[in-house]
Amino acid sequence: MNNEIKDNSHIKGWGIDADPKNDPTYPIQHRKEGPFKYERKDQKQQPITQEVLHSNERPNVSAVYGLGPEPSGLSGKLRRFAFEHGEGEFSHWIPLILADRVNAIEGVLDDLKNGKFPNIIIEKGWPAQWKHDKKGLIKKLSIYTAITVGTIWLIVRKK
Amino acid sequence: MLATNYRGKRRIRVDRDAPIPEIQHTQDAIIKVTRTCICGSDLHLYNGNVPDTRVGSVFGHEFVGIVSEIGNDVTNIKVGDQVIVPFNIACGECIFCEQELYASCHESNAQSTALSGIFGYSHLAGGHQGGQAEYVRVPYANVGPMVIPENMDLDDAVLLADILPTGYQAAEMGGIQKGDTVVVFGAGPVGIMAAKCAWLFGAGRVIVIDKEEYRLDFVRQYANCEVYNFLSLEDPVRFIKQITDWVGADVCIDAVGAEAAGDALQTITGRKLLLQAGSATALQWAINSVKKGGIVSVVGVYGPTGNLVPIGNVVNKGITIRAGQASVKRLLPRLIKHLQDGIINPKELITHRIPLEEAADAYRMFSGKLDYMIKPVLILPTVSL
Ligand SMILES: NC(=O)c1ccc[n+]([C@@H]2O[C@H](COP(=O)([O-])OP(=O)(O)OC[C@H]3O[C@@H](n4cnc5c(N)ncnc54)[C@H](O)[C@@H]3O)[C@@H](O)[C@H]2O)c1
Ligand SMILES: [Zn+2]
Ligand SMILES: [Zn+2]
Repeated sequence: MNNEIKDNSHIKGWGIDADPKNDPTYPIQHRKEGPFKYERKDQKQQPITQEVLHSNERPNVSAVYGLGPEPSGLSGKLRRFAFEHGEGEFSHWIPLILADRVNAIEGVLDDLKNGKFPNIIIEKGWPAQWKHDKKGLIKKLSIYTAITVGTIWLIVRKK
Repeated sequence: MLATNYRGKRRIRVDRDAPIPEIQHTQDAIIKVTRTCICGSDLHLYNGNVPDTRVGSVFGHEFVGIVSEIGNDVTNIKVGDQVIVPFNIACGECIFCEQELYASCHESNAQSTALSGIFGYSHLAGGHQGGQAEYVRVPYANVGPMVIPENMDLDDAVLLADILPTGYQAAEMGGIQKGDTVVVFGAGPVGIMAAKCAWLFGAGRVIVIDKEEYRLDFVRQYANCEVYNFLSLEDPVRFIKQITDWVGADVCIDAVGAEAAGDALQTITGRKLLLQAGSATALQWAINSVKKGGIVSVVGVYGPTGNLVPIGNVVNKGITIRAGQASVKRLLPRLIKHLQDGIINPKELITHRIPLEEAADAYRMFSGKLDYMIKPVLILPTVSL
C-alpha cells in the first residue's frame, strides 16, 4: 500500500467494497467445518441414457451431466482410453487432444456420407475477415497455398 | 431450432434443424435464449486448445432468456420468467456449493473434478450443450437462474452471466487495499471490468496493459485508468517496475489467459505446438512485475495440462496467487445493486450485435479483434435487433 492514499473519491463507487479483512481465502466466505467427505445428498441422478465417460478420480457420474456428443468412432476409442487414466496424467490428456483432431476429420467424412459438403469458407468466417482484414486473409491463404503446393511438389518429386 | 455446431479448429457451423433440448431431470428448465455472447473463453475452444471438445458441440455460456418449460421439482422460476443464467452449473448442495464455491460444484461435471459443469464448454466442463442456440437445457434450475429485475436492460443482464462477475472477482481476489497500485493485463471485456472494479476496492492507481490500441482507448475512458501498449514497450516487466518507483505493483491481474501474445517462445510452445496448455505470457509478466509479497489474481483461463510459469520467482518473492472461475451466483446480488445504483454500466462494452446465423463471422471477428470489436452479442432471429 502507498503511504499517501490518493483521494480517488471523484471516481463513482470508489472504495465502496474495500475490505481490510480480504485475506487469501476470501472467496470461501461460508467456510464449512470439516472433515470433508464426498456424499450425494438430495441431488437425484439424471437417468443415464447415453455413454458418459467419467473421471477416474470420482466414483460415479455426476448427478447431472451434459447431452453433448457421445464418444464414437476412432476418436471415441481414444476418449475411452483417456478416461482410464487420471486427470493428472499425460496419458489422459494427450489421447484427448489427439481424439479432437481425429474427430474433426470424422466430422467431414460424416458430412460427406450424408451428402453434405461442408462450407469451410463460411464456417471459418472468412467473409467477415475479407471485409475487415483483407491483407490478413490474403497472407493466410498464400501461406496455406504455398504449404500445399510445396507438399504436393515434394510427393511428386519423390515418385 | 437454430444452433451453433463446432466442426473442428476454427470452424463453426450454424444448424437450422438442431433438435430442441428436452427436460432430462426434475430440476431442469428449458430456456428460450434472447441474448447470448461470445466470450474470450470461447476462443480457447474455437482454437481447438481445450481437450475433449467434441465435434457437434453447441458453444455458449453467456446467455439470458425466457423460461419455456420446467421440470417437476422446479419452484424458484416459472414458465415465462426472464432469467439471467450464471455460466457455472451448480447443484447448491454439495460441499463446495455450500461454501458458495459455485464454480467448483461437484455434481455437474463427470469428466473433470477440477471444475463445475459450464454451459457449452466442451466435455472438460461436463459436455453440457450451450446457449449459442435458440433453446438450452439448464440443469439445477432452482439454483442458477435468477429472474431479471424489472427495468433491467437485457444487454446489461447478459453481461451479468459472466463478464462483470468475473472482472469483479478478479479485483476481489487481488485483495486490493486502499491506495494499492493494480496492474491489469488484458483489455478485453474481462480486463475492462476488472479495471473498473479495482476502484470499488479502493485502488490508488489502476494500470491496464494490452496491445490493441482501440481497447486501451476504451478502457482509459471507461475505467479512468492509465494504459500502455506492450507492443511499444521493450520489456513490460521492467517498465512496470520503473513506473512503480522500482518496487513493482501491489496487485497484478491476469485477464488474458491461454491466447496471450507478446512472447514468441510462449506463443509457439503454447498456442501453435500445444506443448503447454496455452501461452502463459501474461501470467509470467504478472508474476514478474508484482512487488515482493504481492498478490497475483488469475482469471485468465488455461488448459489442464500445465504451463511454463516462473514458479521459482513466486517462491523467491513470496507471492500469493489467487485464482478461480467466477462464482457468479455468489456475486449477482451485489453486482445487480451496483448496476442499479449506476456505478457500473456493463452494456457500454457491447460494440456489435450480430444475428446468431452469422456466428462463424462473429467468432472470426472476435478472435482477430477485427472492426474494433470489444463485446459481440448474438441476437436470435425471433428477437428484434
Ligand atoms: N475465470 C473466469 O471465470 C473467466 C470468465 C470469463 C473469461 N475468462 C477468461 O478471461 C480471459 C479474457 O477474456 P476476454 O473475454 O476479455 O477475452 P479477449 O480475448 O477479448 O481479451 C483478451 C485481451 O488480452 C490481450 N492480450 C493478449 N496478450 C496479452 C499480454 N501478453 N498482455 C496483456 N494483454 C494481452 C488481447 O489483445 C485482448 O485484448 C480469457 O482467458 C477468458 O477465458 C475467465
Ligand atoms: Zn465467459
Ligand atoms: Zn454443487
